[in-house]
Amino acid sequence: MERVVESPAKKPSALRTQSETIAFVVMVAALVIAPFFTYPLFLMQAMCFALFACAFNLLIGYVGLLSFGHALYFGWASYLSAHSAKVWGLSPELAILTGTATAAICGLIAGSLAIRRQGIYFAMITLALAQMMYFFALQAKFTGGEDGIQGVPRGNLFGLIDLRNEMTMYAVVLAIFLCGFMFIYRIIHSPFGEVLKAIRENEPRAISLGYKTDRYKLAAFVLSATLAGVAGATKAIVLQLASLTDVNWPMSGEVVLMTLVGGLGTIFGPLVGAFVILLMQFKLAPIGEWVLVIQGSIFVACVLLFRRGIIGELANKLRVRL
Amino acid sequence: MFEIFGIPSQALFGQLLIGLINGSFYALLSLGLAVIFGMLNIINFSHGAQYMMGAFAAYLILQYFGLGYWPALIIAPIIVGITGIIIERLFLQWLYKLDHLYGLLLTFGLALIFEGVARNYFGSAGLPYTVPESLQGGQNLGFMFLPNYRAWVIAASLTVCIATWFVIERTRLGAYLRAATENPTLVRAFGINVSRMITLTYGFGVALAAFAGVMAAPIYNVSPQMGSELIIVVFAVVVIGGMGSILGAIVTGFGLGVIEGLTKVFFPEASNTVIFVIMAIVLLVRPAGLFGRRG
Repeated sequence: MERVVESPAKKPSALRTQSETIAFVVMVAALVIAPFFTYPLFLMQAMCFALFACAFNLLIGYVGLLSFGHALYFGWASYLSAHSAKVWGLSPELAILTGTATAAICGLIAGSLAIRRQGIYFAMITLALAQMMYFFALQAKFTGGEDGIQGVPRGNLFGLIDLRNEMTMYAVVLAIFLCGFMFIYRIIHSPFGEVLKAIRENEPRAISLGYKTDRYKLAAFVLSATLAGVAGATKAIVLQLASLTDVNWPMSGEVVLMTLVGGLGTIFGPLVGAFVILLMQFKLAPIGEWVLVIQGSIFVACVLLFRRGIIGELANKLRVRL
Repeated sequence: MFEIFGIPSQALFGQLLIGLINGSFYALLSLGLAVIFGMLNIINFSHGAQYMMGAFAAYLILQYFGLGYWPALIIAPIIVGITGIIIERLFLQWLYKLDHLYGLLLTFGLALIFEGVARNYFGSAGLPYTVPESLQGGQNLGFMFLPNYRAWVIAASLTVCIATWFVIERTRLGAYLRAATENPTLVRAFGINVSRMITLTYGFGVALAAFAGVMAAPIYNVSPQMGSELIIVVFAVVVIGGMGSILGAIVTGFGLGVIEGLTKVFFPEASNTVIFVIMAIVLLVRPAGLFGRRG
């Protein structure tokens, strides 16, 4: 049976680590100069979604768990971040922390339920739990129902730096994104990450070697939910908005799509996928509902023809790891 | 008119009836999911969209061919079933050797396509579909008023569910199906065309969804998003019941519908979420599901 993520057949060469470093430098350089050429707001939004997709990829790509309810963590972090900044008057860094903590707690509860089942059931449970929290968001007073939480103040970072300036905000979002990205990179290449990959490859064997795989899976789930929370909380401050869209099931589908397009289990894939999908939505906004049809078609095409995704195919062509 | 736990009987039985109606749809859809999963090892995410297609097929058959509810109840599932067979031949057959998750992702994509197309042509607002003349009106049972159409939906879906159970568990064809689910290679060696069986199973499962869609058309409006909201609840139903048992899927479907209806009476705020809460509790107490044999 072909797995979701192919395990590398050959021993890693010296080029392997180099290719990742080169790609990382290119990515940072591109993100630093990009705001001088295109809309910073679009780029900030794209980086939030890229971090979201990277967090999602940590689960599907490295533990082999498909969470179909990641909108829960993204959306609820976004709500709490927006609420704490607007109503409680917290500074942006504390608002983002509040949102992130919310996502971590949600992830701990949902994760400990979901890891009780495997494979296809795991996906259905995460989706159902996310839908439950969507209904809570719909009914709760503080979320503003259909209107969402609008006009969230960006405030002053650490009480000093005014984030209303677009470039300052951009620098902060870039810093958050890079921290999240490098954190995920560290997780993947740590001994902990190796155990996760072992679970992905053969869980019964990992159990027989004495690993308490449930604990590893739960830890990975909470980490993924928390990082999705960082992305959602930051997005609420950047766009000054938290709404039902962020917490509803199409958002869960979108992050799956981004990761699939970029390449499941690749380090740079989710980033590329997020930019591609957002750019597509941005360009295709005038044609309305057809975007849904196009997204669906991309899903079908990716599953049938390009299971490795953009970065996966590229890495395969160049025989490096990305 | 009398009261039970301080609730007027009319309201209580009314909600119970709505619960049974919803339960009929949960049962029909989770049954279809279970049958498809058994043969194809794929969770059919587009099941909700195919339910929606059934309702739209009934609507279009009425608009363009002037054929009413009863012909539509036969024709719409056949049409949607045929599209299912085409989908299986075009897309799904390439996925059987891959991880299960790819089937979920592909059918999710299909669901987006179907829903997107429906929204483009019909808008997001619901379209009305009237109850057939022969089933209009209702019976006064003394403690409540029972609309004829609703009684028909419950009876029809129960009949279809039990017939499906009978075919799979008690006939020769069903025995082939169950054998092919357990060990396709061996069944192939006996000279049975398993690939065709898989194709027809998918067509049948999808036709079941479309049948539910036609029955739902006069109760709920015909709208593009009618399936996507339902399918997530049905997933929770499937997690609760487990997909190992056909009878389990039917019992769980009806049971959860009734519980949801009762919640609407006693604690309306929780009526949207009660099934998900039950799912969480079942996962804590019996992780394999109520009727599940394997994780």
